[in-house]
Amino acid sequence: MIAIVDYRAGNLRSVERALERLGFSAGITSHPDEIQSAERVIFPGVGAAGQAMDDLRGGGLDRVLHKALQSGKPFLGICLGAQIILERSEENDATCLGLLPGTVRRFPPEIASGAGERLKIPHMGWNGVRMRRSHPVLDAVRETDEFYFVHGYYPAPESERHVIGTTEHGLAFPSVIGSGNLLAMQFHPEKSGIPGLRILKNFCRWDGRYAE
Amino acid sequence: MLSKRIIPCLDVRDGKTTKGIRFRENVDIGDPVEMARYYYEQGADEIVFYDITASSDRRDIMIDVVDRVAREIFIPFSVGGGIRTLDDMRRVLLAGAEKVSVNSSAVQDPTLISQGARAFGSQCIVLGMDVKRVAPSAGIPSGYEMVINGGRTSTGRDGLAWALEAERLGAGEICLNSIDADGTQEGYELTLTSLISSRVGIPVIASGGAGRIDHMVDVLTEGKADAALVASILHYGTTTIREIKDRLDRSGVKVRKTWD
Repeated sequence: MIAIVDYRAGNLRSVERALERLGFSAGITSHPDEIQSAERVIFPGVGAAGQAMDDLRGGGLDRVLHKALQSGKPFLGICLGAQIILERSEENDATCLGLLPGTVRRFPPEIASGAGERLKIPHMGWNGVRMRRSHPVLDAVRETDEFYFVHGYYPAPESERHVIGTTEHGLAFPSVIGSGNLLAMQFHPEKSGIPGLRILKNFCRWDGRYAE
Repeated sequence: MLSKRIIPCLDVRDGKTTKGIRFRENVDIGDPVEMARYYYEQGADEIVFYDITASSDRRDIMIDVVDRVAREIFIPFSVGGGIRTLDDMRRVLLAGAEKVSVNSSAVQDPTLISQGARAFGSQCIVLGMDVKRVAPSAGIPSGYEMVINGGRTSTGRDGLAWALEAERLGAGEICLNSIDADGTQEGYELTLTSLISSRVGIPVIASGGAGRIDHMVDVLTEGKADAALVASILHYGTTTIREIKDRLDRSGVKVRKTWD
């Protein structure tokens, strides 16, 4: 079974429905044993880092997620779940899970496109991903594919090695990050049409191995 | 760089769309779930549903529609019409919509926006605005007045001031409909759209007046809109999303081009 981690952060059913459509059985759970025994883990989330971390710690899920990652099973962070896997967030100055070294940063307040157009924050809508390195889960991503984003903060891993793909919004921010069996994306693959479903499908078949 | 979004709008009454897709072969589809799936497959970037069901005891039909749509399409969609309370929002979001939109009810009770944003996040809360051109006055300095109840009731409120207030209250996006342009098929209200979109920091979806692809080019460039709402010209088969996007692309407007 695929465990979709439930910590009251946003609409988890959209991830579940996408997996259902792809023919994979998944369960939304906050139960440590179920997460522990799951074959793979999806860690989604929308909302604010501070509240999310409080909820995770309150349910003891922070430790459960550490263990799940250490066990080597494939682990996918989505949106807020791609941010709070880092050590710290500029949002609410929150101490985060620390599954990967790095900081969650806020977009600068005044940013402009290359053409000088004022850009809005949150970064909301469809945007592309430029792959910095190849990854088995993202090997079908085409240059023209776009994905649905909605966020005002972005993950900034400490090491360039952990940046798998970047997206342009005034600056080239890391939109796909990962290390070993940990993979995380700032966009919502479950809301990104067929190219997004393709990524989820690849994740569901991934053995968790990734040569950095 | 973000793409400009093309968003088909479906009006739903008692669980059926009021304007079905009229294909050249004279086949109609009027089921909102099938229409949503059709536009999803055709490359829509998002879908907007307006529930115009008159009686509130038939609202559950819409929740069922939302639930079925959420199983069929894997792009964001929003639901508006008849959202008056936090509980109305919760039901629509739990049924699988990405966003809810509030219009008249938010003018009457602006805390609906702040309560919704606090409970579900700003990204879920779309402010729908119906705006009418008037002579600028002390009360309405922008010359654009907020109207409610589908344009039948004037409010005496300034449209720009309301947009800025709604942003401050936590709205995550604005769907801006010009009552003057709506239904004319003569083009979006560019002055209004550009005025609001350049003053707020949240995305603006332009609505009302699309009759040709040119109009979409205009509103996404000169009008500074982040997205364009489209209804009749898609439903009646005047054009397709592919044609719209090809044309926008040739005009230098960035759009999402692959969805298969």
